[in-house]
Amino acid sequence: MPRNQEIKKVLVIGSGPIVIGQAAEFDYAGTQACRSLKEEGLEVVLLNSNPATIMTDKDIADRVYIEPLTVEVVEQLILKERPDSVLPTLGGQAGLNLAMELEEAGFLKENHVRLIGTTAETIKKAEDRLEFKATMEKIGEPVAPSLVVENVDDGIAFAEEIGYPVVLRPAYTLGGSGGGIAHNVVEMEEILANGLRLSRVGQVLVERCIAGWKEIEYEVMRDSAGNCITVCNMENVDPVGVHTGDSIVVAPSQTLGDKEYQMLRTSALNIISELNITGGCNVQYALHPDTFEYCVIEVNPRVSRSSALASKATGYPIAKVAAKIALGYTLDEIRNAVTKKTYASFEPMLDYCVVKMPRLPFDKFISAKRTLTTQMKATGEVMSICDNFEGALMKAIRSLEQHVDCLLSYDFSHLSCEEIKEELRKVDDRRIWMIAEALRKGISYDEIYELTQIDKWFIDKIAILVEMEEALKTRELTPELLKEAKRIEFPDNVIARLTGKEEREIHDMRHANGIVAAYKMVDTCAAEFAAETPYYYSVFGSENEAEHTQNRKKVLVLGSGPIRIGQGIEFDFCSVHCTWAFAREGYETIIINNNPETVSTDFDIADKLYFEPLTPEDVESIVDLEKPDGAVVQFGGQTAIKLTEALMKMGVPILGTAAEDVDAAEDRELFDAILAKCGIPRPKGDTVYTAEEAKEVANRLGYPVLVRPSYVLGGQGMQIAINDNDIDTFIGIINRIAQDHPILVDKYLVGKEIEVDAVCDGEDILIPGIMEHIERAGIHSGDSISVYPAQSISEVTKRKIEEYTRRLARALHVIGMINIQFIVSGEEVYVIEVNPRSSRTVPYISKVTGIPIVPLATKVITGHKIKELGYTPGLQRPADYIAIKMPVFSFEKIRGADISLGPEMKSTGECLGIASTFNEALYKAFLGAGINLPKYKNMIMTVRDGDKAEAVDIGRRFEALGYRIFATRGTADALKAAGVKAIPINKIEQESPNLMDLILGHEIDLVIDTPPQGADRSKDGFIIRRNAIETGVNVLTAMDTARALVLSLENTDIRKLTLIDIAQVQ
Amino acid sequence: MKAFLILEDGTVFQGTSIGSAREMISEIVFNTSMTGYLEVLTDPSYAGQAVVMTYPLIGNYGITPDMESKKAWPDGYIVRELSRMPSNFRCEGTIQEFLVRQDIPGIAGLDTRALTKLLREKGTMNGMITTDESYDLEEILPKLHTYRMGDVVSEVTCSKKYTLENNGPKVALMDFGAKNNIIKSLSRRGCEVTVYPAYTKAKEIIADHPDGIMLSNGPGDPADCTSIIEELAKLYQTDIPIFAICLGHQLMALANGGKTYKLKYGHRGGNHPVKDLKTGRVYISSQNHGYAVDAQSLDPAVAVPAFENVNDRTNEGITYIGKKIFTVQFHPEACPGPQDSGYLFDRFMDMMGGTK
Repeated sequence: MPRNQEIKKVLVIGSGPIVIGQAAEFDYAGTQACRSLKEEGLEVVLLNSNPATIMTDKDIADRVYIEPLTVEVVEQLILKERPDSVLPTLGGQAGLNLAMELEEAGFLKENHVRLIGTTAETIKKAEDRLEFKATMEKIGEPVAPSLVVENVDDGIAFAEEIGYPVVLRPAYTLGGSGGGIAHNVVEMEEILANGLRLSRVGQVLVERCIAGWKEIEYEVMRDSAGNCITVCNMENVDPVGVHTGDSIVVAPSQTLGDKEYQMLRTSALNIISELNITGGCNVQYALHPDTFEYCVIEVNPRVSRSSALASKATGYPIAKVAAKIALGYTLDEIRNAVTKKTYASFEPMLDYCVVKMPRLPFDKFISAKRTLTTQMKATGEVMSICDNFEGALMKAIRSLEQHVDCLLSYDFSHLSCEEIKEELRKVDDRRIWMIAEALRKGISYDEIYELTQIDKWFIDKIAILVEMEEALKTRELTPELLKEAKRIEFPDNVIARLTGKEEREIHDMRHANGIVAAYKMVDTCAAEFAAETPYYYSVFGSENEAEHTQNRKKVLVLGSGPIRIGQGIEFDFCSVHCTWAFAREGYETIIINNNPETVSTDFDIADKLYFEPLTPEDVESIVDLEKPDGAVVQFGGQTAIKLTEALMKMGVPILGTAAEDVDAAEDRELFDAILAKCGIPRPKGDTVYTAEEAKEVANRLGYPVLVRPSYVLGGQGMQIAINDNDIDTFIGIINRIAQDHPILVDKYLVGKEIEVDAVCDGEDILIPGIMEHIERAGIHSGDSISVYPAQSISEVTKRKIEEYTRRLARALHVIGMINIQFIVSGEEVYVIEVNPRSSRTVPYISKVTGIPIVPLATKVITGHKIKELGYTPGLQRPADYIAIKMPVFSFEKIRGADISLGPEMKSTGECLGIASTFNEALYKAFLGAGINLPKYKNMIMTVRDGDKAEAVDIGRRFEALGYRIFATRGTADALKAAGVKAIPINKIEQESPNLMDLILGHEIDLVIDTPPQGADRSKDGFIIRRNAIETGVNVLTAMDTARALVLSLENTDIRKLTLIDIAQVQ
Repeated sequence: MKAFLILEDGTVFQGTSIGSAREMISEIVFNTSMTGYLEVLTDPSYAGQAVVMTYPLIGNYGITPDMESKKAWPDGYIVRELSRMPSNFRCEGTIQEFLVRQDIPGIAGLDTRALTKLLREKGTMNGMITTDESYDLEEILPKLHTYRMGDVVSEVTCSKKYTLENNGPKVALMDFGAKNNIIKSLSRRGCEVTVYPAYTKAKEIIADHPDGIMLSNGPGDPADCTSIIEELAKLYQTDIPIFAICLGHQLMALANGGKTYKLKYGHRGGNHPVKDLKTGRVYISSQNHGYAVDAQSLDPAVAVPAFENVNDRTNEGITYIGKKIFTVQFHPEACPGPQDSGYLFDRFMDMMGGTK
């Protein structure tokens, strides 16, 4: 069926800020879909509140609105832009929910807008629990049987019917407390009775327990003619019980015979057909490990994290094809863009093995529980490809960017067999390392399987890796052994460690014996057809098929690896734009990256894509083959920067700012010298290696001081210390993260934090704008609300910032990007941090100023001058809008994480508020971040002593807005003394009713809780904040944020928002 | 033990010997299925060929009861890696033991992707698997050039007819190397299936008064099966409904004046889209053929294409005008592969007048 010609203008809804469970994969899918729509000559209107995405770029859509994702905004946008269609299946759950609300309200019909991609009826059938169950029953597809019961007898009767074990989930309890798994009637009586008591509504869901079953997923496509195919299936190494986003996943499935594979495939096709889905869909199954019994766990009638993974794993562009299907094309009409010979109706066949590993944030949330459950906790993921499972696993491990490179990286050797068995019972992110240790200790496969329910096939693969460790330790390193170790992807440095040799020796021995990486193509068809898309992965012991190219100048663009807190999607934005800019300059572009969720690893972004770990050895193998003319490291965040030294050793010129200048910005002594030479003040500080030295420096400077490791991103390990004890604690933590670099101790200055990104061509600089943080210094810049243009600094200060930026950029010989953070105290301007590279704020500032910074920086890197590019050097005139970047957190997902803000970054994403007035921009920013008040007009205040004066002003303003303020004793006294009405409330250790009862009563809008500084945080505060977050209450931990919020609430006249097309911002 | 795969173009791949250590010469073909290695090994259509599996990890779930015939048929088996420890609740043994027991020589540990690319570029080639390290190319290559598969249908067909009783329509299945699941697909629908050796005369089948005739899949060059083709021409003359798969499909075309030709490297795998030309619907099919029917060679008054391959437009099925006969190139019985076209057995049931 040819495309539906009635579709001319399409509104695409994105997924909003990056939060755990909804991340970069939707930027990838959205970008691909928008490009696919534009390719068809359609006009694309885009709505997404996330400024860090590539999809919100004016190159991607015709009209770009970075506005809050609310029903009102979408309605208004539809009335303004008058699209004829809405494509809602590319923006994750957020986009889908919005479209459903509009459809159900009849708004779309009224305005003659159709939902394309999939119908509202379909969405409902898939999303509504009861309708879904009924639909599955109708076509005979099993779902785990469940029943809501209100008494123990009914529960027992139902459990007898469906068989033990059963899962019990009490309704409306905090974090699933009171639930559990009952294996027999005795346990059933006990857990159920307790659950009924704890449930606020006296109800418990009794469900057939499928924990421990194999978790299998199918990605399915279907068109309007009813043709359907499966793109890929995937098997979770971790059985049911761990969220698939937190599981190690392998594609294709490894332990399923054709019978099981086809049984589930047929089921998936039946489901997608019955749901009448047109586009992509993900079906998750639980498969009994010892029978053919299975249950459908979930169906997602849209693109998802799994579909992004499946696209990268197979080369099949699901989002692109889904967009074409939405326009009316059928699968047999859509050409496979990888082979250009086959069609989208050809099911991909893999001739390799793909492993995905989650990137978990436990390095950021040290207090959080590492336990993995059905609540996803990973912020990102890595993928690796190899022709064997062991190799793919090893590559994935070293791609994680969390100081692990093999199965020995977490040392559990001190544990006894009994302790290991106990640990194996717990499901956490280090489980495969624990299994490796269990195998080293001789614990049997059967026992490990009993404890973990991980299929023995996977256990055996881990055993193969453990055996290789042993062989390397005990046997002579012959070329044959080395070859075998490389086949299963032991990195040279690990081989060196195990054999007691130098890494260089291993490297040389490999080359002397011809043991080098070869590259194979991901071609969707297992080599059955010649493919044209150069998307490669490495293997050892095979023929190389990466195409030899040498006509054009070659540039290597290093990606930024997995999305983690501190290094988000922003760096992918930069990498992609840099790649495009180099291509426009006539370069051949090569991307190395390992993140399956991103745009940069889409098959048609660079001329060549190497899906590989970003370690020196992996990069060197590619460099040996490609011999690039240069590498650019300043756009890939810290991951890329860290490779600078290694690249120079390989003889690859670093394009842009030289490596020694990057070092100078990080090396305390060199940097101090530069600052002194430039006449720029900075907070006093020193470089230390030990806790003793640190305490000495701290006492010299006077507390409070900032303690942080050098060479990190996102303030990792950065803390404010107020006494010697804090220093001991913090240095201990820093050393645990195994840093080879020194530790910095600085005087902590209170003042306004200012940030600039600039481009420097060696002589001139270009500053698109100055950003000011709402929160005072001390809160990580990534967690601060950022305002462009800066509102509260004088013209003189602005000129000073401009001048300092110029001096620093020149002194550091910056060619390309530089990011500087300042503290402004009165008229004094101090430099606190300089990063001679692209930063987190680059996408945001590019979009709100309309200045394409990354392409500009790239041009400068290739030798152009700012002046010849049509810009007047210096600070640019402010845009006509105020733009506010609001951090977004995922605290409710990470149990045990402390949510109070500090120098260590904790936010996972951001959204934008842009408007012609500050108040409207602020309102939009809060709205976009999901802070939508008031509901009950009840709030709690509990602030540290130093904040009490400010609390009075803020309290008064909330009171004026009609809020009832509950406060802990000290705060209440302060408020009352100043004439603000406050209801004193007991602390949690005191008798009821206390703070906790109030929070759990679900009638609080907001908690303002500012914890004392230092390591000795109150335990109370922690519990309050956690419980508030887990009950869905907004919690603010900084007075500045609270002031901004109250200001935005005071301006309630902003009912009708003005929507701004970013594509028009000049 | 080292093993070598020597191709007729002189390329040599080195690997490790698996299965039997004996030497073999055969036609080398590749299969892209990611699961179903056992079904492939026991599919009689692979008689006279050595199979390369493009999926690198084979044997993961061991040997299960999913045999498509009594034994393994390929002359040789070529894989990247055999799993040292299978894991599956139905696993009855390892593929290593199976290959030894079945006396199938094989080679593992070679670059199967490079081999596949070679076969794709140069077309299907003959090759030798040997464990003789002092092999002499000059002696071997002429042998590889002259090797011909010969008559393989006679090797795979049953020796005498037998019946699987049931109370539905009586189906006469001509066994050119039938996969078990063809029989099962019919039995499941209530058919009483009588399996006939490939060389059974038409009149013997007609005399048994079947309600329908099923022509099975099978190995080899269809044009070599001249005596069978003659008998099929006679069956065509009757009014008995006929459904044919793969080799059966090719033979029926030949019996009606059509021509077949050898594909450069065949279609073997579980992912080929075929389009029903009447409805426009596309189904993913299981495929295993090295030859195809030249649709142009058929008189449109006699037979018209019913299915075609979406990728290369080769013929995938034929409807015979004025007859209750339809034939498909692909495998609606699946095993291994997708079950999407299983509905064709229902169509055959309808042609026979439905279940009795």
